[in-house]
Amino acid sequence: MKPKGWKDLPPGSVVLEGGSAAKFKTGSWRAFRPIWKEENCIQCLFCWIYCPDMAVKVKDGKRGDFDYDYCKGCGICALECPGKKGQKAIVMTEEGK
Amino acid sequence: MATTLTLKELSKKEDRFTHGHRMCSGCGAPIVVKIALMATDYPVVISNATGCLEVSSCISEFTAWNVPWIHTAFENAAATLSGVETMYRSLKKQGKFDREVKFIAFGGDGGTYDIGFQSLSGAMERGHDMIYICYDNGAYMNTGIQRSSATPLGADTTTCPAGSVIPGKLRSRKNLTKIMAAHNIPYVAQASPSHWQDLAKKIQKAHEIKGPKFINVIAPCNRGWRSKTNDAIMLSRLAVNTCYWPLYEIENGTTKITVTPKQKLPIVDFLKPQGRFKHLFSPENEGLLTQVQDEIDREWEKLLKEAKTD
Amino acid sequence: MAKVVAVTGNEACANALRQVNPDVCGIYPITPQTDMMQRFASYIADGKVDTESILVESEHSSMSACIGAAAAGGRVVTATSSQGLALMWEMLHIASGDRLPIIMPVVNRALSAPLNIHGDHSDAMGARDTGWIQLWSENGQEAYDNTIQAFRIGEHMDIRLPVMVCLDGFIISHSIERMEYLEDQEVKDFVGPFKNFLPLLDLDKPKSYGPLILTDLYHEYKRAQHEVMTKVKDVVLDVAKDFEKLSGRKYGIFETYRLEDADIAIVILNSAAGTTKDVIDEFRNKGIEAGLLKPRLFRPFPFEEVAEALKHVKAVCVMDRADSFGGYGPLFMEVASALYPLERKPLLLNKVYGLGGRDYLPSHAAQVLTELHEISRSGKVNVLKEYIGVRE
Ligand SMILES: Cc1ncc(C[n+]2csc(CCOP(=O)(O)OP(=O)(O)O)c2C)c(N)n1
Ligand code: SF4
Ligand code: SF4
Ligand code: SF4
Ligand SMILES: [Mg+2]
Repeated sequence: MKPKGWKDLPPGSVVLEGGSAAKFKTGSWRAFRPIWKEENCIQCLFCWIYCPDMAVKVKDGKRGDFDYDYCKGCGICALECPGKKGQKAIVMTEEGK
Repeated sequence: MATTLTLKELSKKEDRFTHGHRMCSGCGAPIVVKIALMATDYPVVISNATGCLEVSSCISEFTAWNVPWIHTAFENAAATLSGVETMYRSLKKQGKFDREVKFIAFGGDGGTYDIGFQSLSGAMERGHDMIYICYDNGAYMNTGIQRSSATPLGADTTTCPAGSVIPGKLRSRKNLTKIMAAHNIPYVAQASPSHWQDLAKKIQKAHEIKGPKFINVIAPCNRGWRSKTNDAIMLSRLAVNTCYWPLYEIENGTTKITVTPKQKLPIVDFLKPQGRFKHLFSPENEGLLTQVQDEIDREWEKLLKEAKTD
Repeated sequence: MAKVVAVTGNEACANALRQVNPDVCGIYPITPQTDMMQRFASYIADGKVDTESILVESEHSSMSACIGAAAAGGRVVTATSSQGLALMWEMLHIASGDRLPIIMPVVNRALSAPLNIHGDHSDAMGARDTGWIQLWSENGQEAYDNTIQAFRIGEHMDIRLPVMVCLDGFIISHSIERMEYLEDQEVKDFVGPFKNFLPLLDLDKPKSYGPLILTDLYHEYKRAQHEVMTKVKDVVLDVAKDFEKLSGRKYGIFETYRLEDADIAIVILNSAAGTTKDVIDEFRNKGIEAGLLKPRLFRPFPFEEVAEALKHVKAVCVMDRADSFGGYGPLFMEVASALYPLERKPLLLNKVYGLGGRDYLPSHAAQVLTELHEISRSGKVNVLKEYIGVRE
């Protein structure tokens, strides 16, 4: 994309499109990758509420997979996941391994 | 009607603070923001003080805010929002605008306890209908972890570093929540992202009260606290359970503790995982560590008494 | 139908604001402005305007709140002086950078230290690089007229910039003079209803005001801001034309007095221009061709027009009621820059006068004109920058 020139800018310092940060993918920051083990998931949605990056997909109140476009790999979800019978439903793995 | 505060119900709402923001991995502040916005069942306008949240959420043409948002400077989120709110009232009064809108200001501890204190105090005294939410990470994080008046006793920051002579910050935190309560505004509370439901409930409640409201929310910063990227929730929970950060509210002067720890944990449980307190565990700083615990105990006792006598 | 009144400058400005009936106004006291906003507060208290006031706890918060209110979408005013304007400094840049047409009378007063509450131009001159349009006013009538025109200029869809209307502290703000008011309805029609532009309260199209802009774009943002300033002059002239139709009073980007055939000239702002004109008449009577140029639009500064107006003059003295310590006076710097491209330039000198309310007397004007007359004959400038009316 050609960088904007001064004539292309909106007047003032205003961003006109709400939520446009979604176009900025932060997934590349990730050093660790959370993996969802559905079999251990009790659908508590703690991973969803505590994710700082809105990177856990939930549809109709049901947890879906991670959104790796945005997940920064912090591991909060994995730490907070209660899992089933002591078995975590989220495990962190090193990215690229 | 207010959304029922179950995660299932909340998850059906659209994100008004979107992914693609550039806060550090594992930062506590965006968790506070997303919960606050989820608990807001109204159109809302946000004002944001300069700081980590602001610089990372709106860069060039990328804004993470899917609601009207304004950042003007560091020390004036409250004053700026008083202007927005006053225009809203003026237009409504004149019949030029007819929708119901809520107003929230977000400021870091530096932008709230320190440089923005006057602006906050003024806006609260004037009675603007808004919630001011301080996300307190205990230092000026955006500029590289400098001490603020919210930095806890003993903490190591870049302007009060733990050196061979001076062991970090020698002053205790300012109790801003109480100072705001002393403004005799209708609602003041303290909350934590770990207790998402308590936080969401306080936001919902605050929106239903007319006038100025202040909510102080602890927001772990793994960079400044020198902890792990995965522990923002764990640490904010420990802050509550050690009574470092009691969850309470003061509604029309009546104090209520909203979450009482099942068992009050020793403060070291909160301090240990954080690199900024590492030096407190060397023998020569034992006295300081005791002082930290004593202060927390004293403040907690005071709060228990206040909550009881009201 | 015009109404003739005898009022102070502050009262006239307050009345102009009442006639415009803004949506929001920020109020904070500071001498000599205080009485303007007090008057406006009583209009609010008596239900004469629809304005909601914000009784802020500082001028910094006043400008912050005005920015928030203007971004929300509506007409916003405040007023200040001196230390108050200085305290706003950070926010002035944000008002203009966000392109918010806030209108602000500035009752010019000296800056501390030492503390002084009287008139000079240090405050507004210190704010000349903040991206605000500045209109300067010789007397109460001009302050009133400029205040009304400021709304049309700042709110013009091609401009959308904040405007300061400057008037001299005490000399104008507190002196009663005869002037003409327009009818309320005339003012209302002249300024027209407020037109919104990217209002924050447009809930269906959420906007973010005040992003972080890095090295890749900041330069472009500032270039765009510069461009807007280049369009201001024409708008000021258009608005002045309409205003003349309404009031019979003529305004330009500056006023000249007996300048067309002058050999020597004084460039001077605001109230001191009146005194100077009288002395110019005396010199003319003695056969000395003296003239005057009084800038009205100081920001943006009309370089080409000023050069054109002064190019035939032999010697010009630029009189500053403010100093840029270690430099020339701020007005001098502009005029010198304006004249620089001319092939045949007038000889130039700079006098600093009237700081902290020190009287500017006819004798001062006479002293300067006498010196200019000598210079025009000798072709020699002895001291380029000098304080006048000062005790050794
Ligand atoms: C008037 C002014 N002084 C200093 C700064 C520099 N500054 C920007 S953000 C910041 C720190 C913000 O700290 P805090 O409010 O605690 O928010 P955090 O970054 O920790 O989230 C500072 C010092 C500024 N922008 N404006
Ligand atoms: S690792 Fe962090 S960013 Fe990724 S989904 Fe889990 S909580 Fe969200
Ligand atoms: S936290 Fe764990 S158990 Fe709960 S929904 Fe997420 S993955 Fe499932
Ligand atoms: S420095 Fe701290 S507060 Fe700032 S974005 Fe990073 S983790 Fe969050
Ligand atoms: Mg902070």
